[in-house]
Amino acid sequence: MSAPASKPSALPARRLRRSEHTGPLAFASLPLAFLLLLFLVPVARLMLLSIEGGTLAHYERALTDGLYVRVLLGTLEIGLYVSLICLLLGYPVAHFLATASDRWATIGFVFLLLPFWTSLLVRTYAWMVLLGRNGVVNRFLLETGVISQPLPLLYNMSGVLIGMVHVLLPFMVFPIYSIMRRVDSGLLLAAEGLGATSWKIFQRIYLPLTLPGVLAGTTLVFILSIGFYITPALLGGGRVLMIAVLIEKQIREFLNWGFASALSVVLLAAALIVYAAFRRLMQSDLRWS
Amino acid sequence: MLTKTATRAPPADADLALSGIVRRFGEVTAVAGVDLAVHRGELVTILGPSGSGKTTLLKIIAGFELPDEGVVRLKGEVITFAPPAKRGIGMVFQNYALFPHLTVEGNVAFPLEMRSVPRAEIRKRVAAVLQLVGLAEFSARLPRELSGGQQQRVALARSVVFDPGLLLLDEPFGALDRKLREQMQLEVKRLQRRLGLTALFVTHDQEEALVLSDRIAVMSEGRIEQLGTPEEIYAHPANWFVADFVGESNLFRGRIVADDSGRSFALIGNGVRIAVPKSSFVDGNDVGVLVRPERPRLLADGEVADNVARGRIVEVVYVGESVKYRVRIDAAQEILVRWPFRERGGKLAVGDDITIGWDVSDMHLVST
Repeated sequence: MSAPASKPSALPARRLRRSEHTGPLAFASLPLAFLLLLFLVPVARLMLLSIEGGTLAHYERALTDGLYVRVLLGTLEIGLYVSLICLLLGYPVAHFLATASDRWATIGFVFLLLPFWTSLLVRTYAWMVLLGRNGVVNRFLLETGVISQPLPLLYNMSGVLIGMVHVLLPFMVFPIYSIMRRVDSGLLLAAEGLGATSWKIFQRIYLPLTLPGVLAGTTLVFILSIGFYITPALLGGGRVLMIAVLIEKQIREFLNWGFASALSVVLLAAALIVYAAFRRLMQSDLRWS
Repeated sequence: MLTKTATRAPPADADLALSGIVRRFGEVTAVAGVDLAVHRGELVTILGPSGSGKTTLLKIIAGFELPDEGVVRLKGEVITFAPPAKRGIGMVFQNYALFPHLTVEGNVAFPLEMRSVPRAEIRKRVAAVLQLVGLAEFSARLPRELSGGQQQRVALARSVVFDPGLLLLDEPFGALDRKLREQMQLEVKRLQRRLGLTALFVTHDQEEALVLSDRIAVMSEGRIEQLGTPEEIYAHPANWFVADFVGESNLFRGRIVADDSGRSFALIGNGVRIAVPKSSFVDGNDVGVLVRPERPRLLADGEVADNVARGRIVEVVYVGESVKYRVRIDAAQEILVRWPFRERGGKLAVGDDITIGWDVSDMHLVST
């Protein structure tokens, strides 16, 4: 990780000049240089902070202190819940978009993308208005007699999950949608002709064929969710701690950059491990793709 | 013989019987009243150009499309509106439609698994059918690891492994190169014979239809124009469309005139009068006069025939076992002839003047 950080500017510049005539690489070299300079280098430097002074003390603390271990596990758990809920909601939505007529697909996409046109902060506050004790949701349910006591939807896990799923759902839908579009409908007809019921067609043909999309969407949502900050901070009301909240605290309140950096690295490692495990689990199912 | 087979009511041994099938798409009538009976163990081909309704008809039989009118019977049972999964019909698709995520074995086992056949028996039957199509050692491969011909064999194995009541083949050879195509055609026919399968095959390739079929149904604009054996279709086409579509042909428009002796003639372009076979056409009927390219003979001086034409060779096309010559008779008429290479190859060239002749028995009249 330290290699690119040592001479950050010379390498990309030289490569850019030399590969002017080599097609794709030249084409990609400017964005590559951009990524290297503005993303990889700062990340590498941040990581270096965690082992400053040649000690692993920050890591020791991150991995043994009960609070941080608990919050890290809790973060992974929330990531898992969010991924699962997004998958359950997103798979049918993706299927609808992939099979609907052009007109309905367009309408569906507009609804799906609408939240992107609003700032994350605004959306999160909007959920606070909707989910509070006297929020729109509770008032409606009380007045229609569905419930007699207001549901605790805000400043707890359900609030965090609702808010995060709302933000992350499109990241689940798009990868699955793009895979579904490529499924040859002739295969489904063939399966039907060979005697398969609708359920069997789904279970044996459609689901396995869309699995790469499921893997991509789930990975994306999981990795994005475990780094969430604003949504759990506001909708969790301080009762749902995610690792990003703690990292921010370390930097803003304690100015402990080294420890914050160690926590970030642990989070990144956890994400990679979960991803690798997930991939391995599905390896035999993905051999064909 | 042709008409007898064609009009016989669905007999007891008809595995597939279509009666009065009609399918409309808005203003367009894709299938306009089709009757067809396919007997046990028979391979019938539906031959027609694209847009003739043959694919729609196939979908109606498979259950992927429903007819507006008519009845589909399979082994005596009405299946007109039965869901595809319940029909027990094996189908080989144009692009094979192999499941890319399943191995060869998984693909072939699929229809048996859907029928809840015991595992041990599935293994036995899959192995047997893979042996039959020569893919025994490929059972663990994925479809993308196979050649086009092997993929086709897998599709075939998958469609016959569950002893279907009917085998449907939808232009399955289109994607193969010529040599492989001919090999697969023979293989399909051998397999169909060996398993005693009743099969319906759809193609636009008339050569393929002639090679494979026990009988051919030539389709055009949603109707069956003619139903008969390959020989009947080729030698005695029922109308202009069939004569033109199946095989190479010299087709002339003409009008029947009879002379005093009772012999029939046809007046074709430029007032040329040619002798034609006796037929049910009468004086003044407009007809199509068909002469297949292999029928005319090269006449030496003094030889005679019912019809004789002098002309100049304007084109020579070498097609392997035979040679095709385009012979210009006059400004308006050309005749295509084809002779075995062994007889004439290399001896005739462009610019040669030749005399050709053919008898009325070499000719066939069709309505226009």
